[in-house]
Amino acid sequence: MAEFGQPAIFEEEVDTLLIGGGMACCGAAFEVSRWVEKARAEGKDIKVKLVDKAAMSRSGAVAQGLSAINTYMGENDPADYVRYVRGDLMGIVREDLVYDVGRHVDDSVHNFEKWGLPIWKQSGDEGKRLVDGGKPVRSGRWQIMINGESYKWIVAEAAKKALGMENIEEHVFIVRLITDKNDPNRIAGAAGFSVREHRIYIYRFKCCLLACGGAVNVFRPRSVGEGLGRAWYPVWNAGSTYSMAAECGAELTMMENRFVPARFKDGYGPVGAWFLLFKAKSMNAFGEDYQARNAGDLKTYGYDAYANGRKMGTCLRNHLMMKEMKEGRGPIFIDTQTAMAKLAANMTPEEIKHLEAEAWEDFLDMTIAQCGVWAGENIEPDKEMSELMPTEPYLLGSHAGCAGLWVSGPEDLPGVPDYYHWGYNRMATVSGLFTAGDGVGASGHKFSSGSHAEGRIAGKAMVQYVLDNMDHKPELGRSVDDVVEELYRPVRNFLEHKDYTTAIDVNPHYITPKMFQLRLQKVMDEYVAGVSTMYQTNKRMLELAERKLEMLREDSLKMRAKDLHELLRAWENYHRLITAFAHMKHIKFREETRYPGYYYRSDFLDIDDDNWKCFVNSKFDRETGEWTLRKVAYAQLIKPDESEPEGMSRLGSDC
Amino acid sequence: MPTFVRTDKCDGCKGQDKAACMYMCPHDLMRLDEDGSETGHAMKAYNQEPEQCWECYACVKICPQQAIECRHYADVVPLGASVQPLRSTDSIVWTIKFRNSTMKRFKFPVRTTPEGSADPFGGEHEAVLADGKDHSTLFTKGTHSCDMSQFVSF
Repeated sequence: MAEFGQPAIFEEEVDTLLIGGGMACCGAAFEVSRWVEKARAEGKDIKVKLVDKAAMSRSGAVAQGLSAINTYMGENDPADYVRYVRGDLMGIVREDLVYDVGRHVDDSVHNFEKWGLPIWKQSGDEGKRLVDGGKPVRSGRWQIMINGESYKWIVAEAAKKALGMENIEEHVFIVRLITDKNDPNRIAGAAGFSVREHRIYIYRFKCCLLACGGAVNVFRPRSVGEGLGRAWYPVWNAGSTYSMAAECGAELTMMENRFVPARFKDGYGPVGAWFLLFKAKSMNAFGEDYQARNAGDLKTYGYDAYANGRKMGTCLRNHLMMKEMKEGRGPIFIDTQTAMAKLAANMTPEEIKHLEAEAWEDFLDMTIAQCGVWAGENIEPDKEMSELMPTEPYLLGSHAGCAGLWVSGPEDLPGVPDYYHWGYNRMATVSGLFTAGDGVGASGHKFSSGSHAEGRIAGKAMVQYVLDNMDHKPELGRSVDDVVEELYRPVRNFLEHKDYTTAIDVNPHYITPKMFQLRLQKVMDEYVAGVSTMYQTNKRMLELAERKLEMLREDSLKMRAKDLHELLRAWENYHRLITAFAHMKHIKFREETRYPGYYYRSDFLDIDDDNWKCFVNSKFDRETGEWTLRKVAYAQLIKPDESEPEGMSRLGSDC
Repeated sequence: MPTFVRTDKCDGCKGQDKAACMYMCPHDLMRLDEDGSETGHAMKAYNQEPEQCWECYACVKICPQQAIECRHYADVVPLGASVQPLRSTDSIVWTIKFRNSTMKRFKFPVRTTPEGSADPFGGEHEAVLADGKDHSTLFTKGTHSCDMSQFVSF
């Protein structure tokens, strides 16, 4: 009988494992199942399994719902989507990967609508589906509005049906990838544990999709009591994708690229619909347009090469806001009531009521906590403006950021250099390891729909990988005993030492996952450009950070778990640590300020296109603890056009 | 605000095979206290780590007894407000009570099809194994039109 400290071991061999249950894995489940069905009809049986640490109906970044789908081409050409993404990410993206998402994303959205997702239509087109030419309500060139409370529920429903519940394990947390005994650069398995029963899961497979989202609460957040959980991105995104990949030798890219969203203060309500749909304006404490006021400042360090009038990347808009705050002219306000009054000027009372509902739904669909802040502070958006605030940093690859894995892209697009592809689409540098969504680096702005589409792209390639390797038999490079020992170490630490002291949380032999996380957050916040230094760091601060993080890595062996819930937290926080390490190493390596408004290298404040218009890639050696970094050349595939700022026409730096 | 469970309403989902909130929470926060040893309330659920609550309302929306509510983050939000949904299979109704007692109520659709009816492959193409290495299409063959003249090397 399994008990705490004595887990049962469950071993299974499948052909491909989907790790995660968010939009990317739901997309993969949908695509893979159709190809598997066909292969089976032709006598090739492929076994697929999906493992999610939570329940698929409400897991991943879209668990709460969304009020918009942020990537939908519609009347636009995918090349313009590439221009938009490289514009927002300061000129350095993998244009092959971005284009690939662009050409496939609408198909995912059309399926969402078919499955039951309500998508707003322009007047006259109500009830007409997008695929039949129904015109969506755009809240920007790439965004469409939805009634998205059940967005994830609906997408998961289709994924679960495609795959079959018998092929899905919920509440099992995969924490460690294992390479092949005969080839250290090939993936062979994964290990995790149930958060419900005393059971360890060990899978062997030919290939896997590692899509466990981005990284949240790596930095100390602005709210540190109960509000610790009120992160902008979902608090359960623990950097598992980046850390598990790094620790099995996969190359990472652009891990210096973080995202700092400027959001409604404290609740972190979204600003997109307010700026783009309701046309609200932001201002400083004195009602001044700080963007106009600070525009000239962009020239000082060459940031203006990446701005075209008011059109500029998200980080530069942040930069203008931060300058205002640093110089004491905050708080920054978003003028909701003027925007609503303008819209209401020619409306009937009925229409005004509808407008108010739309404004509230924007938050109720995806950031309910912001409504809690409004209601608690007696703020009605049509009567009073709200504060905006740049948040703590996040690491992700699907939103306005592009941290992630270096993956192989599609080779059919004109001009892709050879080093952009080495086989299967969305496969990492470790054979058989695929990723999508937040996992794919150097290609942001996929959002929910693009992550689903990218999961499909990866899924299709994975089936191909399995078909090409039908006779391959994966063999784990580590013994099962060794893996079990490692996974349950926090439990053992607790059981062995818990009676040494009278207070369960204070013990010289172990550290609680909670204190481990707070220590990590303190280091990252104070030395790696968190909110307490207004996002500034330098070489000396990063050296100190490295020393402290190294000690934290040593202490990770002393994490304790008093129950399965804490074992979950222990491993999540270990994943955060490795992710933080990668972030710190990349920021240290890139000696320029490529993303002002996301972070500043105070010792290198310029954008330095001569030396740094390139990717930064890294590899981690788990045995030695060494990180190796290198520059990789950026290749421009889509012609620059006159709508883009001058920096986009600059060649990449030599590598 | 983290969620809390009302003792007068929670029945521990005793008629079902698992507690709905415990099953649904994306962050493993909700826990059923079967013998009352954790909370003093046997067979009722509780939020075991309120400072990790995203206030995503997954537990609030799924609770069959409407026993779960939110008391917004105490280190951030003044007391007295509440934001409470009632979700059915096709719509959700929100009741918002301000600290100053102002009330607002909104109703939004959540889906256009019956729950459980999503049919992933109905009316879709079959996969064609020969297309397995063709990056320009997925099995549904719904690829967007592409203006290839936009490429530098066109």
